[in-house]
Amino acid sequence: MSRGRVALALLFAALAVFPAFAGPYALSVATLVLYFAYTGQAWNVMMGFAGQLSLGHSLYVGVGAYAAGAIFFHYGIGPWAGLWVAILLCVALGVLIGFLAFRFGISGVYFALLTIAFAEFTRIGFDHLDWVGGPGGMFLRVAQRDTWDIANFRGPPLMYYYVILALASLALLLCHFLLKSRAGYYWQAIRENEEAAQALGINTFRWKVCAVALSSAMTAVAGVFFAFYYNNLFPEQIFNISRSIEIILGPIIGGLGTLFGPILGAAVLTLLSDGITELLAALGWEIPGVKQVFYGVVLLVVVMFLPHGIWPALARRLKLDA
Amino acid sequence: MAPELVLNVVVAGVLTGLVYGLMALGLSVIFGVVRVVNFAHGEMMTVAMYAAAALFAAFSLDPFLAVLPVAAVFFLLGYALQAGIINPFITRPEHSQFMLLVAVAIILVNALLIVFGPDARNVQVDYQLESYELGKLLIDKARVFAAGLAVVAALLLFSFFRFTLTGKAIRACADNYLGARVVGLNVKHLYALTFGLGSACVAVAGCALVLLVDVTPGLGPYYTLLAFVIVIVGGLGSMGGALLGGVLIGVSEAVAGLLIAPSAKSMFSFGLLILVLLLRPQGLLGKRA
Repeated sequence: MSRGRVALALLFAALAVFPAFAGPYALSVATLVLYFAYTGQAWNVMMGFAGQLSLGHSLYVGVGAYAAGAIFFHYGIGPWAGLWVAILLCVALGVLIGFLAFRFGISGVYFALLTIAFAEFTRIGFDHLDWVGGPGGMFLRVAQRDTWDIANFRGPPLMYYYVILALASLALLLCHFLLKSRAGYYWQAIRENEEAAQALGINTFRWKVCAVALSSAMTAVAGVFFAFYYNNLFPEQIFNISRSIEIILGPIIGGLGTLFGPILGAAVLTLLSDGITELLAALGWEIPGVKQVFYGVVLLVVVMFLPHGIWPALARRLKLDA
Repeated sequence: MAPELVLNVVVAGVLTGLVYGLMALGLSVIFGVVRVVNFAHGEMMTVAMYAAAALFAAFSLDPFLAVLPVAAVFFLLGYALQAGIINPFITRPEHSQFMLLVAVAIILVNALLIVFGPDARNVQVDYQLESYELGKLLIDKARVFAAGLAVVAALLLFSFFRFTLTGKAIRACADNYLGARVVGLNVKHLYALTFGLGSACVAVAGCALVLLVDVTPGLGPYYTLLAFVIVIVGGLGSMGGALLGGVLIGVSEAVAGLLIAPSAKSMFSFGLLILVLLLRPQGLLGKRA
């Protein structure tokens, strides 16, 4: 086994036993890190592998969350059924956006703006959709938080931690195999030089749509998790462009197109954000906005001095790049 | 619905749209020349709006006078931002530029929050309550002045690019980066100058807009998106297109607010954005690449 695999196995083992030593606060932070590791991995399929910049991934989180949430809210049917509805809806949306964009030859900045437009359009649409509560939000019933009710996906924070750990691990495995598969090589070819890929006989249109579909399906699952973990959904929050930005910060800071970048980026950013909060509280500087300014400055510095992200630089240093 | 009501709303939409157009003009000029999408554009405008509101609160300086110092400072800051931070990024991939400007946007919004707090600010001058009467039309004086200022600023910018040697040099950079360097133009300086001019546009638009709406730190992302919609609809990089797009969005939002629901008006803009992106990605007045 290579050094990289040993390190990964150790990390997984540490995360598996982590709740035994962690308090409720640490557990919630770890859940958040894994959530962003998962969504970052999903976004990375589209941008990191296939080179299609989406700035509207909150669309899939929101539609997924609202689909499974509304089915539970209105009919009392647990998320195992709602999950498939969520995935189906998000894949349909993703394929629609991808189909329209790639058919009309929209790429780069224009594609990114198109994804924002769809997310914003949907946000305002949900604001006027009374079936899911409109701007007042939708609240899922919170009951029996002590026992693990897997069928309805209700339970203590520990359950959500293990579920998101499983999701993040599965996503990592999936991406690992994808990168070494035919699809993965096609995507990377498209990312590096689309015209050359086309000249080699790759149906770039189809493979780009595939990347969007897979990415949106994975993000839909995150949306379902979000709905049942937080239990309240507001269009203004869940579809907001800042949610999309949160999703993509991790993979870009961690290392775009790498397997471990999204995980490292999510950990660094979440811990940084919480660390700044703690530090400011200790210093007594709890003025609203100070934390975000620090966060912005760190972001600026990382983007300026580590253009490929933290992971490639770190992996070289630790000889983990296998 | 009474026709004069609709007409009143349309006229107000056109006037506000001209101010939006000037804001978008800044974005369009920066993109057209530097090829960087300024994701901090709306945030820069809220900073200008706060600057005008603060100058009014401190010295009761009318925003129409405040526009000169605010625009000058914005020009210098824009120049410094491009020369210091963005120039090294012009050859980097789009997502990298995006991250950089998002970081700038986060810093700006929250710096405003620290300095001014979350409450809405505005300016109160006596002509805000007055209006011109044209038959059954009632037009707010402040709105007319704001639109006039926007048009004057846009004309100045047009003539700068059209008639001065520096303006010509900047257009040369936009048309052919390599050619501009071959003939010995200092491209980085010209890029910084362009970003400064774009920032000055935003500053003027902000000073005009603070007469029409209350400003909060959270407005920034909204205006960024609005500026995107306008320049895409008008044609990214086209100067006339930005003004036309501004008027179009100003009118359509005003009418949609009247006919459907005020909260649903942006849905209309984003729908329009999607249609234009798909059917005419170069925008209404843009040239095909």
